[in-house]
Amino acid sequence: MTEDHDITALQARLVAAAERDGVLDVAYRTVDGPVGALLLAATELGLVRVAFAVEDHDAVLQGLADRVSPRILHAPRRLDAATQQLDEYFTGARTTFDLPLDWRLSGGFRSTVLHHLPEIAYGHTASYAAVAQLAGNPKAVRAVGSACATNPLPVVVPCHRVVRSDGAMGGYLGGVEAKRTLLALEAAA
Amino acid sequence: MDAMSGKQPFEAVVRQHGPTVLRVCRAVVGFTDADDAWSETFLSALKAYPDLPAEANVEAWLVTIAHRRAVDVVRARARRAIPTDEVPDVVGPPEPDHDDDLAAALARLPDKQRYAVAYHHLAGLPHAEVAAILGGSTDAARRATADGLAALRRTYPPKGASR
Repeated sequence: MTEDHDITALQARLVAAAERDGVLDVAYRTVDGPVGALLLAATELGLVRVAFAVEDHDAVLQGLADRVSPRILHAPRRLDAATQQLDEYFTGARTTFDLPLDWRLSGGFRSTVLHHLPEIAYGHTASYAAVAQLAGNPKAVRAVGSACATNPLPVVVPCHRVVRSDGAMGGYLGGVEAKRTLLALEAAA
Repeated sequence: MDAMSGKQPFEAVVRQHGPTVLRVCRAVVGFTDADDAWSETFLSALKAYPDLPAEANVEAWLVTIAHRRAVDVVRARARRAIPTDEVPDVVGPPEPDHDDDLAAALARLPDKQRYAVAYHHLAGLPHAEVAAILGGSTDAARRATADGLAALRRTYPPKGASR
């Protein structure tokens, strides 16, 4: 329909003007991959949120409006690098991410834990207890679990590599099936 | 999270109200200037959005901003205009799916009636909201809407047009 077409063109123009005037606080898009549709959101500082479909993308966007800024637009271009690197990761061509990250959605010890996760190499796993040790607080095993469960940047910040000490998979914010898919992908590459 | 849920993401505002605001812009400034009016309206709205009270009527707020753009466009056009008996050509080249006759009939209305008809009948704002945007009383807004609609009924569709 003509009007839909017109609105689409106007929305693109709005995104460009908002970017130009520095008022696009959060840009987002979704990408499809082996773990379903992922929502990617970035501030001007960097990637701020990666969300699985099971987290409910509308609810995630509302959370971003509440916690970061309601100036949110569907604006795929800011996510070009993240999209490309995720594509490469999902095809096994990439083992580490090189993206500016905006950590504002995690704080305190949880943030410390998440910052240590990239030390677990691609294709390897570590126990919650081992990560607690990495983060400098060996007793904080449960806190490591909650840090992983609330990771605002899953896949990119590899909480899927944290498993239980008895070898069991442990939970995952994207669902156990997604965790299994990611670990299998890394084991195969 | 629900407990602290405040304003919805601006993208949702654009999707929900974008089409209506575009129809309003086309009605008040004509097809040619409508895209600019829409773009300026939503860019201003995006800038001011964080300060909008959560309980505000978003559509009325957007129409208020669009109205300011429309007034600017109409004023600029009046400055450019050369006095003539002809209706100024505000509708631009014919567009597919676009009713030039209706656009011309709207363009021929006095400004206040055109605004009132668009804001009440296209945006669906109550007369009190229209009055708040145009200034003046609710009764005056209701009268301007009724007079504008009556004038449209006289001039549209044009005599002899087959529909």
